[in-house]
Amino acid sequence: MIAESASPLLSVSGAGHHYGNRFGCRGVSFDLWPGEVLAVVGESGSGKSTLLGMLSQRLNIDEGSVHYQTAEGQMTDLATLSEPEVRRLWRTEWGFVHQNAAEGLRMHVSAGGNVGEPLMANGARHYGKIRARAADWLQRVEILADRIDETPATFSGGMRQRVQIARNLVFGPRLVFMDEPTSGLDVSVQAKLLDLIRSLVADLGLAVVVVTHDLAVARLISHRTLVMQGGQVVEQGLTDRVLDDPQAAYTQLLVSSILKG
Amino acid sequence: MLAEPRIVYNEGYLDEQTKRVVRRALLKGIAIPGFQVPFASREVPMPRGWGTGGVQVTASVIGPDDLLKVIDQGADDTTNAVSIRQFFERVAGSESTTRTDEATVIQTRHRIPETPLAEGQILVYQVPIPEPLRFLEPRETETRRLHALEEYGLMYVKLFEDISRYGHIAKTYDYPVMVNGRYVMAPSPVPSFDNPKMHMNPALQLFGAGREKRIYAVPPYTSVESLGFEDFPFEPQQFDQPCQICGSSGVYLDEVVTDDAGGAMYVCSDTDHCTRAASAVGFRASRTRGEWDFPATGTGTEGAVQ
Ligand SMILES: Nc1ncnc2c1ncn2[C@@H]1O[C@H](COP(=O)(O)OP(=O)(O)OP(=O)(O)O)[C@@H](O)[C@H]1O
Ligand SMILES: [Mg+2]
Ligand SMILES: [Zn+2]
Repeated sequence: MIAESASPLLSVSGAGHHYGNRFGCRGVSFDLWPGEVLAVVGESGSGKSTLLGMLSQRLNIDEGSVHYQTAEGQMTDLATLSEPEVRRLWRTEWGFVHQNAAEGLRMHVSAGGNVGEPLMANGARHYGKIRARAADWLQRVEILADRIDETPATFSGGMRQRVQIARNLVFGPRLVFMDEPTSGLDVSVQAKLLDLIRSLVADLGLAVVVVTHDLAVARLISHRTLVMQGGQVVEQGLTDRVLDDPQAAYTQLLVSSILKG
Repeated sequence: MLAEPRIVYNEGYLDEQTKRVVRRALLKGIAIPGFQVPFASREVPMPRGWGTGGVQVTASVIGPDDLLKVIDQGADDTTNAVSIRQFFERVAGSESTTRTDEATVIQTRHRIPETPLAEGQILVYQVPIPEPLRFLEPRETETRRLHALEEYGLMYVKLFEDISRYGHIAKTYDYPVMVNGRYVMAPSPVPSFDNPKMHMNPALQLFGAGREKRIYAVPPYTSVESLGFEDFPFEPQQFDQPCQICGSSGVYLDEVVTDDAGGAMYVCSDTDHCTRAASAVGFRASRTRGEWDFPATGTGTEGAVQ
Protein backbone atom coordinates (compact mmCIF):
# COMPACT_ATOMS: atom_id res chain seq x y z
CA MET A 1 0.00 0.00 0.00
CA ILE A 2 1.15 3.47 -0.87
CA ALA A 3 1.34 6.19 1.76
CA GLU A 4 -1.24 8.92 1.22
CA SER A 5 1.25 11.67 0.47
CA ALA A 6 2.97 9.51 -2.10
CA SER A 7 0.06 9.14 -4.50
CA PRO A 8 -2.49 11.51 -5.96
CA LEU A 9 -6.19 11.40 -5.11
CA LEU A 10 -7.11 11.48 -8.78
CA SER A 11 -4.90 10.45 -11.63
CA VAL A 12 -6.32 11.29 -15.05
CA SER A 13 -4.62 9.98 -18.15
CA GLY A 14 -5.68 10.73 -21.73
CA ALA A 15 -9.31 10.72 -20.63
CA GLY A 16 -12.21 11.70 -22.88
CA HIS A 17 -15.98 11.56 -23.17
CA HIS A 18 -17.91 11.77 -26.39
CA TYR A 19 -21.48 12.72 -27.23
CA GLY A 20 -22.37 10.57 -30.22
CA ASN A 21 -19.43 10.95 -32.56
CA ARG A 22 -18.25 14.30 -31.13
CA PHE A 23 -15.94 14.56 -28.17
CA GLY A 24 -17.07 16.79 -25.29
CA CYS A 25 -13.55 16.54 -23.89
CA ARG A 26 -10.56 14.37 -24.78
CA GLY A 27 -6.91 13.73 -24.08
CA VAL A 28 -7.16 15.15 -20.55
CA SER A 29 -4.30 14.26 -18.21
CA PHE A 30 -3.52 15.59 -14.74
CA ASP A 31 -3.04 14.53 -11.13
CA LEU A 32 -4.99 15.97 -8.24
CA TRP A 33 -3.37 15.73 -4.81
CA PRO A 34 -5.09 15.54 -1.42
CA GLY A 35 -5.94 19.03 -0.18
CA GLU A 36 -5.44 20.56 -3.61
CA VAL A 37 -7.89 22.90 -5.33
CA LEU A 38 -7.87 22.67 -9.10
CA ALA A 39 -9.71 25.22 -11.25
CA VAL A 40 -10.89 24.28 -14.72
CA VAL A 41 -11.31 27.40 -16.85
CA GLY A 42 -12.23 28.07 -20.47
CA GLU A 43 -14.92 29.66 -22.57
CA SER A 44 -18.46 28.38 -22.94
CA GLY A 45 -18.59 25.01 -24.70
CA SER A 46 -14.92 24.24 -24.07
CA GLY A 47 -15.79 21.00 -22.23
CA LYS A 48 -15.45 22.02 -18.58
CA SER A 49 -18.73 20.52 -17.38
CA THR A 50 -18.17 17.44 -19.51
CA LEU A 51 -14.81 16.90 -17.82
CA LEU A 52 -16.34 17.36 -14.38
CA GLY A 53 -19.17 14.98 -15.23
CA MET A 54 -16.69 12.38 -16.42
CA LEU A 55 -14.45 12.68 -13.35
CA SER A 56 -17.42 12.36 -11.02
CA GLN A 57 -18.72 9.36 -12.98
CA ARG A 58 -21.92 11.02 -14.11
CA LEU A 59 -20.60 10.56 -17.65
CA ASN A 60 -18.69 7.60 -19.05
CA ILE A 61 -14.96 7.57 -19.54
CA ASP A 62 -14.91 6.71 -23.25
CA GLU A 63 -11.14 6.78 -23.69
CA GLY A 64 -8.12 6.98 -21.42
CA SER A 65 -8.52 6.39 -17.70
CA VAL A 66 -9.27 8.01 -14.35
CA HIS A 67 -7.86 6.42 -11.22
CA TYR A 68 -9.08 7.41 -7.76
CA GLN A 69 -7.43 6.70 -4.43
CA THR A 70 -10.25 5.39 -2.21
CA ALA A 71 -10.46 6.01 1.53
CA GLU A 72 -8.83 2.61 1.95
CA GLY A 73 -5.81 3.91 0.04
CA GLN A 74 -6.37 1.79 -3.07
CA MET A 75 -5.85 3.34 -6.53
CA THR A 76 -9.01 2.29 -8.36
CA ASP A 77 -9.80 2.55 -12.06
CA LEU A 78 -13.17 4.32 -11.98
CA ALA A 79 -14.31 2.65 -15.19
CA THR A 80 -14.24 -0.73 -13.43
CA LEU A 81 -16.64 0.28 -10.65
CA SER A 82 -20.21 -1.02 -10.63
CA GLU A 83 -23.13 1.36 -10.28
CA PRO A 84 -23.61 0.61 -6.54
CA GLU A 85 -19.90 1.26 -5.97
CA VAL A 86 -20.08 4.60 -7.76
CA ARG A 87 -23.16 5.56 -5.80
CA ARG A 88 -21.40 4.63 -2.59
CA LEU A 89 -18.61 7.05 -3.53
CA TRP A 90 -21.24 9.75 -4.15
CA ARG A 91 -22.75 9.11 -0.72
CA THR A 92 -19.60 8.79 1.30
CA GLU A 93 -16.53 10.28 -0.42
CA TRP A 94 -17.53 12.79 -3.10
CA GLY A 95 -19.57 15.98 -3.04
CA PHE A 96 -21.01 17.70 -6.10
CA VAL A 97 -22.08 21.34 -6.02
CA HIS A 98 -24.18 22.35 -9.02
CA GLN A 99 -24.40 25.80 -10.56
CA ASN A 100 -28.15 25.57 -10.35
CA ALA A 101 -29.14 24.91 -6.74
CA ALA A 102 -32.38 23.28 -7.88
CA GLU A 103 -30.32 20.41 -9.30
CA GLY A 104 -28.49 19.81 -6.06
CA LEU A 105 -31.24 20.45 -3.52
CA ARG A 106 -34.78 19.33 -2.84
CA MET A 107 -36.41 22.72 -3.12
CA HIS A 108 -39.48 21.72 -1.09
CA VAL A 109 -37.71 19.93 1.72
CA SER A 110 -36.53 22.03 4.68
CA ALA A 111 -32.93 23.24 4.82
CA GLY A 112 -32.42 20.88 7.77
CA GLY A 113 -33.84 17.97 5.79
CA ASN A 114 -31.64 18.80 2.81
CA VAL A 115 -28.49 18.85 4.89
CA GLY A 116 -29.59 15.84 6.95
CA GLU A 117 -30.41 13.67 3.94
CA PRO A 118 -26.83 12.53 3.21
CA LEU A 119 -26.53 11.43 6.84
CA MET A 120 -29.78 9.47 6.58
CA ALA A 121 -28.58 8.02 3.26
CA ASN A 122 -25.53 6.76 5.14
CA GLY A 123 -27.66 5.08 7.77
CA ALA A 124 -28.05 7.74 10.49
CA ARG A 125 -31.30 6.98 12.33
CA HIS A 126 -31.26 9.33 15.32
CA TYR A 127 -33.37 12.39 14.57
CA GLY A 128 -31.86 14.57 17.30
CA LYS A 129 -28.29 13.88 16.18
CA ILE A 130 -29.08 14.36 12.49
CA ARG A 131 -30.79 17.65 13.21
CA ALA A 132 -27.96 18.85 15.43
CA ARG A 133 -25.40 18.12 12.73
CA ALA A 134 -27.52 19.77 10.07
CA ALA A 135 -27.89 22.82 12.31
CA ASP A 136 -24.16 22.91 12.91
CA TRP A 137 -23.43 22.82 9.18
CA LEU A 138 -26.04 25.44 8.38
CA GLN A 139 -24.36 27.66 10.91
CA ARG A 140 -20.97 27.02 9.32
CA VAL A 141 -22.33 28.23 5.98
CA GLU A 142 -23.86 31.21 7.77
CA ILE A 143 -27.53 30.30 7.49
CA LEU A 144 -29.32 31.61 10.57
CA ALA A 145 -30.55 28.93 12.95
CA ASP A 146 -34.17 30.02 12.67
CA ARG A 147 -34.24 29.22 8.95
CA ILE A 148 -33.54 25.50 9.43
CA ASP A 149 -37.17 24.49 8.94
CA GLU A 150 -37.72 26.67 5.88
CA THR A 151 -37.33 25.33 2.36
CA PRO A 152 -34.71 26.50 -0.16
CA ALA A 153 -37.61 27.58 -2.36
CA THR A 154 -37.95 30.54 0.01
CA PHE A 155 -34.20 31.32 0.05
CA SER A 156 -32.10 33.75 -2.00
CA GLY A 157 -29.68 32.40 -4.62
CA GLY A 158 -26.69 32.86 -2.33
CA MET A 159 -28.41 31.10 0.56
CA ARG A 160 -29.37 28.19 -1.68
CA GLN A 161 -25.75 27.75 -2.73
CA ARG A 162 -24.69 27.78 0.91
CA VAL A 163 -27.26 25.11 1.77
CA GLN A 164 -26.00 23.10 -1.17
CA ILE A 165 -22.45 23.40 0.09
CA ALA A 166 -23.49 22.32 3.60
CA ARG A 167 -25.31 19.32 2.13
CA ASN A 168 -22.16 18.35 0.28
CA LEU A 169 -19.79 18.73 3.22
CA VAL A 170 -21.89 17.33 6.07
CA PHE A 171 -20.89 13.71 5.45
CA GLY A 172 -17.15 14.46 5.36
CA PRO A 173 -16.24 13.93 1.69
CA ARG A 174 -12.62 13.66 0.54
CA LEU A 175 -13.19 15.24 -2.84
CA VAL A 176 -15.71 17.86 -3.94
CA PHE A 177 -16.67 18.74 -7.50
CA MET A 178 -18.11 22.20 -8.13
CA ASP A 179 -19.57 23.43 -11.41
CA GLU A 180 -19.71 27.23 -11.50
CA PRO A 181 -20.76 27.44 -7.83
CA THR A 182 -20.89 31.23 -7.78
CA SER A 183 -22.01 32.27 -11.23
CA GLY A 184 -25.52 33.58 -11.50
CA LEU A 185 -25.12 35.42 -8.19
CA ASP A 186 -24.65 39.15 -7.57
CA VAL A 187 -21.03 40.19 -7.50
CA SER A 188 -21.01 41.03 -3.79
CA VAL A 189 -22.76 37.74 -2.94
CA GLN A 190 -20.24 35.91 -5.14
CA ALA A 191 -17.30 37.38 -3.26
CA LYS A 192 -18.70 36.37 0.12
CA LEU A 193 -19.50 32.87 -1.06
CA LEU A 194 -16.04 32.40 -2.53
CA ASP A 195 -14.53 33.51 0.72
CA LEU A 196 -16.64 30.98 2.56
CA ILE A 197 -15.72 28.17 0.15
CA ARG A 198 -12.05 29.06 0.44
CA SER A 199 -12.01 28.96 4.23
CA LEU A 200 -14.08 25.75 4.47
CA VAL A 201 -11.89 23.99 1.96
CA ALA A 202 -8.75 25.09 3.78
CA ASP A 203 -10.15 24.12 7.21
CA LEU A 204 -11.19 20.69 6.01
CA GLY A 205 -8.16 20.10 3.81
CA LEU A 206 -10.49 19.11 0.98
CA ALA A 207 -9.49 18.32 -2.56
CA VAL A 208 -11.66 20.26 -5.00
CA VAL A 209 -12.14 20.42 -8.75
CA VAL A 210 -13.97 23.64 -9.50
CA VAL A 211 -15.22 24.62 -12.94
CA THR A 212 -15.43 28.32 -13.67
CA HIS A 213 -15.39 30.62 -16.66
CA ASP A 214 -14.24 33.40 -14.32
CA LEU A 215 -10.47 33.71 -13.96
CA ALA A 216 -10.91 35.78 -10.81
CA VAL A 217 -12.57 32.78 -9.17
CA ALA A 218 -9.67 30.57 -10.18
CA ARG A 219 -7.23 33.15 -8.82
CA LEU A 220 -9.03 33.40 -5.49
CA ILE A 221 -9.56 29.75 -4.57
CA SER A 222 -7.37 27.44 -6.62
CA HIS A 223 -3.81 26.21 -6.30
CA ARG A 224 -3.60 25.00 -9.85
CA THR A 225 -5.45 25.86 -13.02
CA LEU A 226 -6.24 23.86 -16.08
CA VAL A 227 -7.22 25.78 -19.23
CA MET A 228 -9.56 24.13 -21.74
CA GLN A 229 -10.35 24.98 -25.32
CA GLY A 230 -12.40 22.93 -27.75
CA GLY A 231 -12.54 19.97 -25.37
CA GLN A 232 -8.76 19.81 -24.88
CA VAL A 233 -6.43 21.04 -22.17
CA VAL A 234 -4.23 23.76 -23.66
CA GLU A 235 -2.31 24.69 -20.53
CA GLN A 236 -2.02 23.75 -16.89
CA GLY A 237 0.09 24.79 -13.94
CA LEU A 238 0.15 26.73 -10.70
CA THR A 239 -2.66 29.27 -10.86
CA ASP A 240 -0.47 32.32 -10.34
CA ARG A 241 1.92 31.15 -13.02
CA VAL A 242 -0.85 30.40 -15.53
CA LEU A 243 -2.59 33.72 -14.97
CA ASP A 244 0.51 35.92 -14.64
CA ASP A 245 2.66 34.27 -17.26
CA PRO A 246 0.37 32.39 -19.66
CA GLN A 247 2.23 30.27 -22.20
CA ALA A 248 -0.49 29.13 -24.58
CA ALA A 249 -1.77 31.69 -27.04
CA TYR A 250 -5.33 30.89 -26.04
CA THR A 251 -4.60 31.49 -22.36
CA GLN A 252 -2.92 34.77 -23.21
CA LEU A 253 -6.06 35.81 -25.06
CA LEU A 254 -8.26 34.71 -22.15
CA VAL A 255 -6.17 36.61 -19.60
CA SER A 256 -5.91 39.76 -21.69
CA SER A 257 -9.64 39.79 -22.44
CA ILE A 258 -10.28 39.67 -18.69
CA LEU A 259 -7.82 42.51 -18.09
CA LYS A 260 -9.46 44.62 -20.77
CA GLY A 261 -12.98 43.71 -19.62
CA MET B 1 -87.65 -13.95 -31.15
CA LEU B 2 -84.27 -14.98 -29.96
CA ALA B 3 -83.58 -15.52 -26.34
CA GLU B 4 -80.92 -13.19 -25.04
CA PRO B 5 -77.67 -15.17 -25.04
CA ARG B 6 -76.48 -16.09 -21.61
CA ILE B 7 -73.06 -14.68 -20.98
CA VAL B 8 -70.76 -17.30 -19.59
CA TYR B 9 -67.83 -15.87 -17.71
CA ASN B 10 -64.61 -17.68 -17.29
CA GLU B 11 -64.16 -18.69 -13.71
CA GLY B 12 -63.00 -15.66 -11.77
CA TYR B 13 -63.99 -13.38 -14.67
CA LEU B 14 -60.44 -13.03 -16.04
CA ASP B 15 -59.39 -15.39 -18.84
CA GLU B 16 -56.90 -18.11 -18.00
CA GLN B 17 -54.05 -16.36 -19.78
CA THR B 18 -54.55 -13.18 -17.74
CA LYS B 19 -54.79 -15.13 -14.51
CA ARG B 20 -51.56 -16.88 -15.33
CA VAL B 21 -49.88 -13.51 -15.83
CA VAL B 22 -51.17 -12.28 -12.48
CA ARG B 23 -50.22 -15.50 -10.71
CA ARG B 24 -46.72 -15.37 -12.12
CA ALA B 25 -46.39 -11.84 -10.76
CA LEU B 26 -47.78 -13.02 -7.41
CA LEU B 27 -45.28 -15.86 -7.19
CA LYS B 28 -42.46 -13.50 -7.96
CA GLY B 29 -43.79 -11.08 -5.35
CA ILE B 30 -43.95 -13.84 -2.76
CA ALA B 31 -40.40 -14.88 -3.61
CA ILE B 32 -39.15 -11.30 -3.10
CA PRO B 33 -41.21 -9.95 -0.18
CA GLY B 34 -42.06 -6.27 -0.56
CA PHE B 35 -40.73 -5.96 -4.10
CA GLN B 36 -43.10 -4.33 -6.62
CA VAL B 37 -43.61 -6.64 -9.59
CA PRO B 38 -44.91 -5.06 -12.81
CA PHE B 39 -47.83 -6.88 -14.43
CA ALA B 40 -50.13 -6.39 -17.39
CA SER B 41 -53.20 -4.99 -15.65
CA ARG B 42 -56.63 -5.56 -17.20
CA GLU B 43 -59.87 -3.66 -17.23
CA VAL B 44 -62.34 -5.01 -14.71
CA PRO B 45 -65.84 -3.60 -14.22
CA MET B 46 -65.70 -2.13 -10.71
CA PRO B 47 -67.54 0.56 -8.79
CA ARG B 48 -66.09 4.03 -9.24
CA GLY B 49 -63.17 4.74 -7.00
CA TRP B 50 -62.53 1.14 -6.13
CA GLY B 51 -59.58 0.44 -8.31
CA THR B 52 -59.05 -2.92 -9.92
CA GLY B 53 -55.70 -4.24 -8.70
CA GLY B 54 -57.11 -5.99 -5.65
CA VAL B 55 -59.96 -7.44 -7.67
CA GLN B 56 -57.58 -8.84 -10.27
CA VAL B 57 -55.51 -10.45 -7.56
CA THR B 58 -58.60 -11.92 -5.91
CA ALA B 59 -59.88 -13.13 -9.28
CA SER B 60 -56.59 -14.92 -9.85
CA VAL B 61 -56.48 -16.75 -6.54
CA ILE B 62 -60.15 -17.48 -5.85
CA GLY B 63 -61.95 -20.73 -6.69
CA PRO B 64 -65.41 -22.24 -6.12
CA ASP B 65 -64.30 -23.69 -2.78
CA ASP B 66 -63.34 -20.33 -1.38
CA LEU B 67 -65.22 -18.23 1.13
CA LEU B 68 -64.78 -14.57 0.28
CA LYS B 69 -65.08 -11.64 2.63
CA VAL B 70 -64.96 -8.09 1.29
CA ILE B 71 -64.56 -5.03 3.49
CA ASP B 72 -64.81 -1.35 2.70
CA GLN B 73 -63.22 0.53 5.59
CA GLY B 74 -63.99 -2.13 8.19
CA ALA B 75 -67.52 -2.82 6.98
CA ASP B 76 -68.97 -5.76 5.08
CA ASP B 77 -72.24 -4.05 4.30
CA THR B 78 -71.38 -0.97 2.24
CA THR B 79 -72.65 -0.83 -1.32
CA ASN B 80 -69.17 -1.35 -2.73
CA ALA B 81 -68.32 -4.30 -0.49
CA VAL B 82 -71.63 -5.94 -1.31
CA SER B 83 -71.31 -5.46 -5.05
CA ILE B 84 -67.77 -6.85 -5.16
CA ARG B 85 -68.89 -9.87 -3.14
CA GLN B 86 -71.80 -10.41 -5.51
CA PHE B 87 -69.51 -10.01 -8.49
CA PHE B 88 -67.38 -12.91 -7.31
CA GLU B 89 -70.37 -15.02 -6.37
CA ARG B 90 -71.46 -14.66 -9.98
CA VAL B 91 -68.16 -15.06 -11.79
CA ALA B 92 -66.21 -17.37 -9.49
CA GLY B 93 -69.03 -19.34 -7.92
CA SER B 94 -67.43 -18.62 -4.56
CA GLU B 95 -69.45 -18.32 -1.41
CA SER B 96 -69.36 -15.17 0.64
CA THR B 97 -69.06 -14.57 4.32
CA THR B 98 -68.71 -11.65 6.66
CA ARG B 99 -66.86 -13.71 9.26
CA THR B 100 -63.14 -13.05 9.31
CA ASP B 101 -62.42 -16.39 10.94
CA GLU B 102 -64.30 -18.32 8.24
CA ALA B 103 -63.09 -16.48 5.16
CA THR B 104 -60.35 -18.01 3.04
CA VAL B 105 -59.87 -14.85 0.99
CA ILE B 106 -60.43 -11.36 2.37
CA GLN B 107 -60.39 -8.39 0.06
CA THR B 108 -59.76 -5.04 1.72
CA ARG B 109 -58.93 -1.44 1.01
CA HIS B 110 -58.50 0.36 4.35
CA ARG B 111 -58.39 -2.10 7.18
CA ILE B 112 -56.91 -5.30 8.47
CA PRO B 113 -59.58 -7.18 10.44
CA GLU B 114 -59.40 -7.13 14.23
CA THR B 115 -59.78 -10.90 14.40
CA PRO B 116 -56.28 -12.36 14.04
CA LEU B 117 -55.75 -14.10 10.72
CA ALA B 118 -54.64 -17.70 10.48
CA GLU B 119 -52.49 -19.84 8.26
CA GLY B 120 -54.17 -20.60 4.97
CA GLN B 121 -56.00 -17.30 4.75
CA ILE B 122 -55.22 -14.73 2.06
CA LEU B 123 -55.60 -10.99 2.65
CA VAL B 124 -55.81 -9.04 -0.62
CA TYR B 125 -55.21 -5.29 -0.47
CA GLN B 126 -56.52 -2.87 -3.06
CA VAL B 127 -53.62 -0.39 -3.49
CA PRO B 128 -53.94 3.05 -5.09
CA ILE B 129 -50.25 4.13 -4.95
CA PRO B 130 -47.71 1.34 -4.59
CA GLU B 131 -44.54 3.47 -4.59
CA PRO B 132 -43.65 4.72 -1.10
CA LEU B 133 -40.87 7.00 -2.43
CA ARG B 134 -43.07 8.74 -5.00
CA PHE B 135 -43.88 11.90 -3.04
CA LEU B 136 -40.22 12.96 -2.95
CA GLU B 137 -38.97 11.31 -6.12
CA PRO B 138 -41.54 11.31 -8.93
CA ARG B 139 -39.22 9.63 -11.46
CA GLU B 140 -40.08 5.95 -11.71
CA THR B 141 -36.66 5.01 -13.11
CA GLU B 142 -35.02 6.61 -10.11
CA THR B 143 -37.30 5.06 -7.46
CA ARG B 144 -36.72 1.64 -8.98
CA ARG B 145 -32.98 2.21 -8.75
CA LEU B 146 -33.30 3.33 -5.12
CA HIS B 147 -35.11 0.11 -4.26
CA ALA B 148 -32.61 -2.00 -6.19
CA LEU B 149 -29.66 -0.41 -4.40
CA GLU B 150 -31.47 -0.29 -1.06
CA GLU B 151 -30.98 3.48 -0.84
CA TYR B 152 -33.71 4.54 1.54
CA GLY B 153 -32.35 7.83 2.89
CA LEU B 154 -35.14 9.60 1.05
CA MET B 155 -37.84 7.74 2.95
CA TYR B 156 -36.37 8.99 6.20
CA VAL B 157 -36.30 12.55 4.86
CA LYS B 158 -40.09 12.44 4.77
CA LEU B 159 -40.26 11.27 8.38
CA PHE B 160 -37.60 13.84 9.35
CA GLU B 161 -39.71 16.61 7.82
CA ASP B 162 -42.76 15.45 9.76
CA ILE B 163 -40.93 15.54 13.08
CA SER B 164 -39.44 18.97 12.32
CA ARG B 165 -42.85 20.34 11.42
CA TYR B 166 -45.23 18.62 13.82
CA GLY B 167 -43.00 17.29 16.56
CA HIS B 168 -43.88 13.72 15.64
CA ILE B 169 -44.34 11.51 12.59
CA ALA B 170 -47.68 12.70 11.31
CA LYS B 171 -48.42 9.95 8.85
CA THR B 172 -51.42 8.00 10.13
CA TYR B 173 -52.17 5.76 7.16
CA ASP B 174 -50.15 4.10 4.39
CA TYR B 175 -47.30 4.30 6.89
CA PRO B 176 -44.12 2.96 5.23
CA VAL B 177 -42.72 -0.37 6.31
CA MET B 178 -39.54 -2.35 5.77
CA VAL B 179 -40.37 -5.87 4.62
CA ASN B 180 -38.10 -8.76 5.49
CA GLY B 181 -35.31 -6.29 6.27
CA ARG B 182 -34.91 -5.43 2.60
CA TYR B 183 -37.65 -3.56 0.69
CA VAL B 184 -39.48 -0.46 1.83
CA MET B 185 -43.16 -0.94 1.02
CA ALA B 186 -46.37 1.11 1.00
CA PRO B 187 -48.99 -0.86 2.91
CA SER B 188 -51.88 0.82 1.03
CA PRO B 189 -54.12 3.20 2.96
CA VAL B 190 -54.54 1.09 6.09
CA PRO B 191 -54.31 3.10 9.29
CA SER B 192 -50.97 2.92 11.08
CA PHE B 193 -53.04 1.27 13.83
CA ASP B 194 -53.08 -1.83 11.64
CA ASN B 195 -49.36 -1.84 10.77
CA PRO B 196 -48.31 -4.12 13.64
CA LYS B 197 -50.77 -6.75 12.37
CA MET B 198 -48.74 -7.17 9.18
CA HIS B 199 -45.67 -8.27 11.11
CA MET B 200 -45.21 -12.06 11.24
CA ASN B 201 -48.79 -12.56 10.16
CA PRO B 202 -49.64 -16.24 9.53
CA ALA B 203 -51.78 -15.26 6.51
CA LEU B 204 -50.54 -14.53 3.01
CA GLN B 205 -50.81 -10.80 2.23
CA LEU B 206 -51.14 -9.80 -1.43
CA PHE B 207 -51.22 -6.26 -2.77
CA GLY B 208 -52.62 -5.18 -6.15
CA ALA B 209 -52.38 -1.77 -7.81
CA GLY B 210 -54.36 -1.84 -11.07
CA ARG B 211 -53.82 1.60 -12.52
CA GLU B 212 -50.14 1.45 -11.60
CA LYS B 213 -49.81 -2.16 -12.80
CA ARG B 214 -47.93 -3.40 -9.74
CA ILE B 215 -48.30 -6.43 -7.53
CA TYR B 216 -46.42 -7.17 -4.33
CA ALA B 217 -46.66 -9.56 -1.44
CA VAL B 218 -45.80 -10.36 2.13
CA PRO B 219 -45.57 -14.13 2.67
CA PRO B 220 -46.73 -15.68 5.95
CA TYR B 221 -44.52 -15.06 8.97
CA THR B 222 -42.50 -12.28 7.37
CA SER B 223 -41.02 -9.40 9.29
CA VAL B 224 -42.75 -6.07 8.60
CA GLU B 225 -41.21 -3.17 10.50
CA SER B 226 -42.72 0.30 10.47
CA LEU B 227 -40.01 2.89 9.88
CA GLY B 228 -38.95 5.34 12.53
CA PHE B 229 -36.00 7.01 14.19
CA GLU B 230 -34.22 5.73 17.29
CA ASP B 231 -35.46 8.74 19.24
CA PHE B 232 -38.82 8.95 17.41
CA PRO B 233 -39.85 5.34 16.93
CA PHE B 234 -43.02 4.34 15.09
CA GLU B 235 -46.08 4.69 17.26
CA PRO B 236 -49.32 3.22 16.02
CA GLN B 237 -52.51 5.19 16.60
CA GLN B 238 -54.19 4.40 19.89
CA PHE B 239 -57.75 4.65 21.10
CA ASP B 240 -58.29 5.34 24.74
CA GLN B 241 -61.91 4.36 25.06
CA PRO B 242 -63.63 1.07 24.26
CA CYS B 243 -66.20 0.59 21.50
CA GLN B 244 -69.52 1.95 22.72
CA ILE B 245 -71.43 -0.92 21.16
CA CYS B 246 -69.50 -4.04 22.02
CA GLY B 247 -67.13 -2.75 24.68
CA SER B 248 -63.99 -3.97 22.91
CA SER B 249 -60.86 -2.02 23.64
CA GLY B 250 -57.67 -1.99 21.63
CA VAL B 251 -59.67 -1.83 18.42
CA TYR B 252 -59.87 0.78 15.67
CA LEU B 253 -62.80 3.09 16.29
CA ASP B 254 -64.89 5.23 13.96
CA GLU B 255 -66.60 8.36 15.17
CA VAL B 256 -70.28 8.19 14.36
CA VAL B 257 -72.41 11.31 14.64
CA THR B 258 -75.58 10.42 16.49
CA ASP B 259 -77.64 13.61 16.45
CA ASP B 260 -77.81 17.16 15.13
CA ALA B 261 -76.52 18.57 18.40
CA GLY B 262 -73.01 17.32 17.73
CA GLY B 263 -73.39 14.13 19.71
CA ALA B 264 -71.08 11.35 18.63
CA MET B 265 -70.14 7.88 19.65
CA TYR B 266 -67.09 5.75 19.04
CA VAL B 267 -67.68 2.34 17.58
CA CYS B 268 -65.65 -0.44 15.99
CA SER B 269 -64.81 0.14 12.35
CA ASP B 270 -64.67 -3.66 11.97
CA THR B 271 -68.39 -4.54 11.79
CA ASP B 272 -67.83 -8.28 11.89
CA HIS B 273 -65.76 -8.01 15.04
CA CYS B 274 -68.26 -5.66 16.64
CA THR B 275 -71.27 -7.79 15.88
CA ARG B 276 -69.71 -10.92 17.27
CA ALA B 277 -68.16 -9.22 20.26
CA ALA B 278 -71.52 -7.67 21.10
CA SER B 279 -73.35 -10.96 20.88
CA ALA B 280 -70.65 -12.65 22.91
CA VAL B 281 -71.31 -10.25 25.78
CA GLY B 282 -75.06 -10.50 25.40
CA PHE B 283 -75.93 -7.44 23.34
CA ARG B 284 -78.29 -7.86 20.47
CA ALA B 285 -76.06 -8.66 17.59
CA SER B 286 -77.69 -7.00 14.65
CA ARG B 287 -75.69 -4.02 13.60
CA THR B 288 -76.22 -2.04 10.48
CA ARG B 289 -74.92 1.39 9.72
CA GLY B 290 -76.92 4.13 11.36
CA GLU B 291 -79.02 1.78 13.43
CA TRP B 292 -77.48 0.60 16.63
CA ASP B 293 -78.61 -1.45 19.53
CA PHE B 294 -76.50 -0.54 22.47
CA PRO B 295 -76.97 -0.30 26.21
CA ALA B 296 -77.92 3.06 27.64
CA THR B 297 -74.96 3.07 29.96
CA GLY B 298 -71.44 2.34 28.92
CA THR B 299 -69.92 -0.95 29.81
CA GLY B 300 -66.35 -1.90 30.33
CA THR B 301 -66.93 -5.48 29.31
CA GLU B 302 -64.28 -6.74 26.96
CA GLY B 303 -65.56 -8.32 23.81
CA ALA B 304 -64.00 -11.73 23.58
CA VAL B 305 -64.14 -12.90 20.04
CA GLN B 306 -62.31 -15.75 18.48
N1 LIG C 1 -25.70 16.30 -23.42
C1 LIG C 1 -24.96 16.69 -24.50
N2 LIG C 1 -25.19 16.15 -25.70
C2 LIG C 1 -24.44 16.52 -26.78
N3 LIG C 1 -23.46 17.42 -26.72
C3 LIG C 1 -23.19 18.00 -25.56
C4 LIG C 1 -23.91 17.67 -24.37
N4 LIG C 1 -23.45 18.40 -23.35
C5 LIG C 1 -22.46 19.15 -23.86
N5 LIG C 1 -22.28 18.91 -25.18
C6 LIG C 1 -21.28 19.51 -26.07
O1 LIG C 1 -20.01 19.24 -25.55
C7 LIG C 1 -19.19 20.38 -25.63
C8 LIG C 1 -18.69 20.79 -24.25
O2 LIG C 1 -19.80 21.19 -23.45
P1 LIG C 1 -19.69 21.52 -21.91
O3 LIG C 1 -21.06 21.63 -21.38
O4 LIG C 1 -18.79 20.53 -21.28
O5 LIG C 1 -18.98 22.94 -21.95
P2 LIG C 1 -18.70 23.96 -20.77
O6 LIG C 1 -17.27 24.31 -20.88
O7 LIG C 1 -19.16 23.43 -19.46
O8 LIG C 1 -19.57 25.22 -21.21
P3 LIG C 1 -20.36 26.29 -20.31
O9 LIG C 1 -19.33 27.25 -19.78
O10 LIG C 1 -21.26 26.95 -21.27
O11 LIG C 1 -21.08 25.56 -19.24
C9 LIG C 1 -20.02 21.46 -26.31
O12 LIG C 1 -19.76 21.43 -27.68
C10 LIG C 1 -21.42 21.03 -26.05
O13 LIG C 1 -22.29 21.46 -27.07
MG1 LIG D 1 -20.65 24.06 -18.05
ZN1 LIG E 1 -67.52 -2.75 18.72
